[in-house]
Amino acid sequence: MRQLSKIDDLKPVYDVAIVGAGPSGMAAAAAAAAYDLDVVVLDENPDIGGQIYRGLRTAPLDRCRMLGPTYTTGHQLIREFARTQSDYLPGAVVWMASPSLELGVSASGRSRVIRSRRIILATGAFERPFPIPGWTLPGVLTVGAAQCLLKSSGVAPMGRFALAGTGPLLWLFASQILSSGHAPVAILDTTPRSRHLWANAALPGFVTSKYFPAAVKLIRHVSAKIPVIRGVTMLAAEGRAAVSRVTYRRGERPSQSIDVDHLLLHQGVAPNAQLSIAAGCAIRWSESQACWHPGIDPWGETSIESISIAGDGAGILGAESASRSGRLCGLNAACKLGRIDPLARDRAAAPLRRELARFARGRRYIDMAFLPDRAFRVASADTLVCRCEEIRGRQITELLDTHGAIGPNQLKSFLRCGMGPCQGRECALTVTEMIAAHRGVSPAAVGSYRLRFPIKPITVAEFASLPQEHADLHAVVRM
Amino acid sequence: MFVRIADGEGKRVVVLIDDAPFEGRQGDSVATVLLLAGKVGCRRSFVSGEPRGPYCMMGVCFECLVRVDGIDGLQACMIPIRPKMRIETSIARA
Repeated sequence: MRQLSKIDDLKPVYDVAIVGAGPSGMAAAAAAAAYDLDVVVLDENPDIGGQIYRGLRTAPLDRCRMLGPTYTTGHQLIREFARTQSDYLPGAVVWMASPSLELGVSASGRSRVIRSRRIILATGAFERPFPIPGWTLPGVLTVGAAQCLLKSSGVAPMGRFALAGTGPLLWLFASQILSSGHAPVAILDTTPRSRHLWANAALPGFVTSKYFPAAVKLIRHVSAKIPVIRGVTMLAAEGRAAVSRVTYRRGERPSQSIDVDHLLLHQGVAPNAQLSIAAGCAIRWSESQACWHPGIDPWGETSIESISIAGDGAGILGAESASRSGRLCGLNAACKLGRIDPLARDRAAAPLRRELARFARGRRYIDMAFLPDRAFRVASADTLVCRCEEIRGRQITELLDTHGAIGPNQLKSFLRCGMGPCQGRECALTVTEMIAAHRGVSPAAVGSYRLRFPIKPITVAEFASLPQEHADLHAVVRM
Repeated sequence: MFVRIADGEGKRVVVLIDDAPFEGRQGDSVATVLLLAGKVGCRRSFVSGEPRGPYCMMGVCFECLVRVDGIDGLQACMIPIRPKMRIETSIARA
């Protein structure tokens, strides 16, 4: 790996450009670089690892011990990527990936457009929106946020804090924070009570998967040390300048409150598909994960020629599957660019596919057991749906009532919903599901926000300083 | 509050948060030192003026926007601290 220090160090053209230096991006780079392809990895974080292996390259030993094997297992992949001849630019925001294979990149306040013969989007996942009253109060963070602090800086919440929600990450973080010596006052578990029964159909696959023994041990360990309040059906964060209390209800029982300095929320993750959707890749609604999945073929290829997706960006499968799917994308790039023939590609892919099939066995149960309850995927009347523009649930349902069938893009025009700086990342799923419920149709029929480049804000000065070609000038200057 | 658990021997980096010196460590992001300094709220909503602070810590939510070395609207969670960096929250300015 050749770590670049500034945007000018990027070559104008690469064989393969990979967006994201998490497990899928690093594995894709390793696979492609093994066939002498000219590879660049662009990542907006200060170091490689993505979210799962964030900070791992420089983490001191006691931090690694606290975070455990799901974290330290990344060392192997990091070493493998570091040995490749790939270029790597940290702190690089990719704000465009066009169907004509151009990438808009911004780093340290300067932008460039580079080209590549293939693009692999390895953008991973982000946490689902969790629209409850008070979720915008300072002191309310996501569980993923608290885990980032622990991984990159060894920083933990102090005083009284509670975890609330559902999903594997919530339990993993609970055990990690316990080993740091900082115990939350409670876990407010929103997993619906009937959910594990419903998921039983997928239990045999889970029990025989490698996830099972680890999951049982983890939940036992955490439940023995932290009070777990199960069957939570309503949550609200309260406070003035910052959160000071979390109120919850379990079914018909009267509501109760806990004083807290911090509330950490989590209800699963969804693909970070901002770039792929903006590029125009076809997406489909996943009923089992309640989110959008860009459509891909067995090699990760999207509906756009020469753009592939590796890892969680096309559907949540976890870090171990992500690295295998990254390798498949890298192998396929080597084949499409003439370095190996399809037969050699297929041969090299066979063991990866066997591993992927094995990992997928346990995944179905996880999806079913931890799919957040509908009540927490849509917003109540007074709850902010769009944090940026402060649009509440009531405003959306009222508009749907008065204007009939309406889609997410019309909501933008009427309400500015989804038009703030986060560009819909924190409200798109909520809005789609609220409209679908109101119209009595599937989210697939509702669609999502139309996304446009730049997918992250860049300054006008950056735009203006991009080199102009004759055609660009001709388009705007009268000659 | 957030605290640094005694681990590692990271290099000390002193930044200015709303004109007050604060000692962070190499590898901390601007949002991390804000939380360590007790500034859980670092800006006001453009719409209602309600306080907001770091939420996702990974560049998704755009809640931790601050002014860094005179440039406004930057994502605090995505910027590593540097010596003598000037960090200004909009809550302190209002």
